[in-house]
Amino acid sequence: MGMTMTQKILAAHAGLDYVEAGQLIEADLDMVLANDITGPVAIHEVAKLNKKEVFDKDKVALVPDHFAPNKDIKSAEHCKCVREYARAQGITNYFEVGQMGIEHALLPEKGLVVAGDTCIGADSHTCTYGALGAFSTGVGSTDMGAGMITGKAWFKVPSAIRFILTGKMKPWVSGKDVILHIIGMIGVDGALYRSMEFMGEGVANLTMDDRFTIANMAIEAGAKNGIFPVDETTIAYMKEHSTKPYRIFEADEDAVYDETYTIDLGSLSPTVAFPHLPENTKTVKESGEVKIDQVVIGSCTNGRISDMRTAAKILKGRKVADGVRAIVIPATQAIYLQAMEEGLLKIFIEAGCIVSTPTCGPCLGGYMGILAAGERAVSTTNRNFVGRMGHIESEVYLASPSVAAASAVTGKISEPEELGL
Amino acid sequence: MKAYGVVHKYGDNVDTDVIIPARYLNSSDPKELAKKCMEDIDADFVNRVKPGDIMVANKNFGCGSSREHAPIAIKASGIACVIAETFARIFYRNAINIGLPIIECPEAARAIAAGDMVEIDFDSGMIYDRTSGEEFKGQAFPEFMQKIIKAEGLINYINQKEA
Repeated sequence: MGMTMTQKILAAHAGLDYVEAGQLIEADLDMVLANDITGPVAIHEVAKLNKKEVFDKDKVALVPDHFAPNKDIKSAEHCKCVREYARAQGITNYFEVGQMGIEHALLPEKGLVVAGDTCIGADSHTCTYGALGAFSTGVGSTDMGAGMITGKAWFKVPSAIRFILTGKMKPWVSGKDVILHIIGMIGVDGALYRSMEFMGEGVANLTMDDRFTIANMAIEAGAKNGIFPVDETTIAYMKEHSTKPYRIFEADEDAVYDETYTIDLGSLSPTVAFPHLPENTKTVKESGEVKIDQVVIGSCTNGRISDMRTAAKILKGRKVADGVRAIVIPATQAIYLQAMEEGLLKIFIEAGCIVSTPTCGPCLGGYMGILAAGERAVSTTNRNFVGRMGHIESEVYLASPSVAAASAVTGKISEPEELGL
Repeated sequence: MKAYGVVHKYGDNVDTDVIIPARYLNSSDPKELAKKCMEDIDADFVNRVKPGDIMVANKNFGCGSSREHAPIAIKASGIACVIAETFARIFYRNAINIGLPIIECPEAARAIAAGDMVEIDFDSGMIYDRTSGEEFKGQAFPEFMQKIIKAEGLINYINQKEA
């Protein structure tokens, strides 16, 4: 019986020729990540370990991004804890405000994760790096801390669901619509404990940014990881961003999958996840008249340069509707700078948006755009749980940058088509 | 080891945002987190919960964010064990790693009602609903995880393994 792509990466990192679903293994780690929320808990836990030094100063990344720039005194203490630990341990990949970005946009951009790597991060959206053909998964702080010191983590080898992608997306449809469609189809626990392996000729029609968005939200279907095959697009991205050697793993021809779904990318329409679960999806056309108070364009899901460009195309020469607050957050300093050089920030500001420094802030109801009772937001983020972005009686509608930008202009859930685009 | 307490019952897809909302994640102190545990799904939980009580939920408990603050808050609130049909995988790992007992048992999760008195025998994996008189067998942990549980968490387990 053949192995899936995920199983092959795990086998190689466990020093085994063969693994099968359900097997417990211990794997070597290529990158271990934490942020300012999960880092302090990990640092506190590893203080109880006999061994104190991190396993490899170059293979740990600490990124204060959630409540940074510090939102209050307690958050400042957390960021300080992470900063001091990074200094004391000589950790290479600590990113201070000014260099930092939203972790899952930042690590690929800095070339810290490449194809074939095994990576854990104390943040559920660590699964983003599957877009590069790496095995990457979210864990809690204790797992992260243990990995940071020992360089190893235990895993139960997952079985997989196969998604065969065909065709090409229509204009204004993006990776976000693909993953929302999939979560709507299989549910928020549809891939529980399992890999989501994407393949098929349609993959070639997805940009790296589309793939990052899709892999990012694998956790929203309960998956352990999402993973894409490595192709010319992946290799071009890695060459541009990294000097790390990469390894290409391919699923065996006779790999076994629990389930197979075939998705014609050309059949997808702009999609929205209604409150309070990412699986509550409807197309924009099915959504009816949903008036909104706020739009957020950013996050580890959709704060990349192509997301900024898409939003700017729609907002250029238009105005944010009266009564709507539009918050744009480029995910990293490099994206911010590029958006500035391309004139995108000017377009946003002239349209009536605000543009924030990189932060996870509003996505998890931290700061920089909290909702009051009864308020509704269209957001390019990844979760719409009760209270996720503020008051428990507020509502979050998850959508792509094109839907978010169009909705900002009309003041209700809309797609670009409604603006004659 | 045994637990015996009153059941606090929840439904499907209880996410870690409602277990401990992110607005409280500027703290990592278990006692502070416990004061806010379940606030967005059951604001009265912190007033009702007593040490030794049991939490029961349906499928995909602990989905969403990887925040270990969620099992930490539940443990520090006094809950002795969480029973669910299924757990989200990161929560499952976190609970074992910090020494919060959890049991996957779909039959028990569906049958047990809020307010029931439930007894759990961790050695045998048996769950007894003393209110309804029903009994259930929870899924056993793989041997490797049992070692972590016995060591009362991953950190102790690593220290013991090295020693």
